[in-house]
Amino acid sequence: MRHPVTAPGRTENRHSVLIETIGVTKAYGSFVALDGVSLSIAQNELVSIVGPNGAGKTTLVNVLTGLLKPTAGVVRFKNEDIAGIGPVLLAKRGMARAFQLVHVFPGMTVAETIAVAVVSQMRRSFDFLAAIRSDSGVRARVQEVAAIFRLDGKLDTEARLLSQGEKKLLDIASAFALAPEVILLDEPTSGVSTGDKHGIMRTLVDAARSAGIKAIILVEHDMDLVAEYSSRIVALKGGKVLADLPPDAFFSDPEIAEAVVGKLFGQSKAAH
Amino acid sequence: MISAVDRKMTRYVPLALLALALAALPAVAQPYYITLVLPAFAYGIALLGFNLLFGYAGLLSFGHALFVAIGAYCAAVLSSKLGVRSFEAILIVSGLAAVVVAIPVGMLAVRYVRIFFGILTLAFGMLFHSFLFKFYDLTGGDTGIRVLRPTLLGTAFSDLDKTSFLIGPFYYYCMGLLILLGLTMWRIVQSPFGLHLAAIRENPRKAEYLGVRVRLFRLVAFVISAFYCAIGGAILAINTGQADPELAYWTHSGELVFMTVLGGFANFFGPLVGAFAFIFLKSELMSTTQYWRFFLGVTLALIVILFPRGLMGLAERVRSTWAGRRT
Repeated sequence: MRHPVTAPGRTENRHSVLIETIGVTKAYGSFVALDGVSLSIAQNELVSIVGPNGAGKTTLVNVLTGLLKPTAGVVRFKNEDIAGIGPVLLAKRGMARAFQLVHVFPGMTVAETIAVAVVSQMRRSFDFLAAIRSDSGVRARVQEVAAIFRLDGKLDTEARLLSQGEKKLLDIASAFALAPEVILLDEPTSGVSTGDKHGIMRTLVDAARSAGIKAIILVEHDMDLVAEYSSRIVALKGGKVLADLPPDAFFSDPEIAEAVVGKLFGQSKAAH
Repeated sequence: MISAVDRKMTRYVPLALLALALAALPAVAQPYYITLVLPAFAYGIALLGFNLLFGYAGLLSFGHALFVAIGAYCAAVLSSKLGVRSFEAILIVSGLAAVVVAIPVGMLAVRYVRIFFGILTLAFGMLFHSFLFKFYDLTGGDTGIRVLRPTLLGTAFSDLDKTSFLIGPFYYYCMGLLILLGLTMWRIVQSPFGLHLAAIRENPRKAEYLGVRVRLFRLVAFVISAFYCAIGGAILAINTGQADPELAYWTHSGELVFMTVLGGFANFFGPLVGAFAFIFLKSELMSTTQYWRFFLGVTLALIVILFPRGLMGLAERVRSTWAGRRT
């Protein structure tokens, strides 16, 4: 049995660890989607989770966001067990998620979409008689988040009328509006033209920095983006952690690169 | 450029004029037409609540006549059997009774969406209809229970006959209730709660990830809608002087849906317009032909096909076309 490849001497400061899984297994009947996955994500990290289709990335993401309860093992966020607690509680505890497929509110404007998250974050959901449109606090925060994602010119535009790239940005902007400590980006550039991908990633990273987000988890197929933006890469294969390495070490190991993304890519990166 | 003041004027002036016209109606219209406005007030209130669930939360109930009937039977039992004549007390008890029933029913129903939610609410409505129909000693069976004339703010108006009472003080009381509950609902849908309900309707999964407690919000909307329906039911019962099981029958729930779609569920005022249009349309058709149900059905089919956003959608379209021609 092959043991996961990890960076030599990598020891996280226990106090800075935000998310941790220990021996997480998730089985659907006889099919084991995750098999003893252990990983941790610390402050100031952008950790990419990569792997071929069927590697268990989506299951891991769903476990990390409390949507799925693992069959065995522990999943912690800020030292608290979050196994299966669900997205609402997780959002309140400081973790947000943006989806692979665009998830917006088609009939709502950009301002309303962001305001949904702002109101949640302000814990004012059950404020029955406040007028949201004239609330200066909400409006200012909506304006601030929209400006970060360059959507401030389209505050009154319905989400369904935005371009695909703008919808993606709005999806992520609404997650940012929760002021999370950790954000999980599930293929943030899928469905976006190649030319726009780096622009979106740059915007995301800058936004995270200015919003004070402590860590980003990125699930991404585009290895150029992974190589450029990650501080660490966790590779999954067959539900197991194949490697957990910084980008340089990851791409200099042709065996890992080949296992995850195919031989050609592995050779080209190794040659760099 | 239209200023904010102008925008407010365009929005509120027609509403103020409409309120004035309704207030002046008893002075100028025949009593028959005024008595038609009373059920329109009652349904208007009920549908404000119904549309919070349907138009804002995206849940279509086929059983909300249950709550209209609860309001009506509360009015009947309190006035006929318990000697409570204060309309304020009747309204409070009706609303609270609906809330007490809506909490467990809603807790079960909001676990489901779309057709499953609709069928479940229909089932609860039919259960209550069967109860009203079969438990003769308690409910009066198919004949129902008489509803006696209430006092309004402690005044009996005993010098007025029934019609004068209904088209006089009771008319203005109900109009005041409609305005009060309408303004309250307006604030609710403009509030953070209303925003979150709309988010749930648009995409519940996304809403959850933005911290919205989807099931709880649906339940709260269900309970508020039940409260409004019960208030409407109490007014209906006073107007007809009778509470009977037909109020809880599924066809009555269907009429609530009909009125909302007719007026337009995507617009706050749509259900109110639908209530008035339905009452007058039904009354005119009933006095014209014995096949009035057929023509009501045809009307609904045409509305859905030609104007899926209802009469208010049609009005908006006409207004925007007109505005386009002016610019």
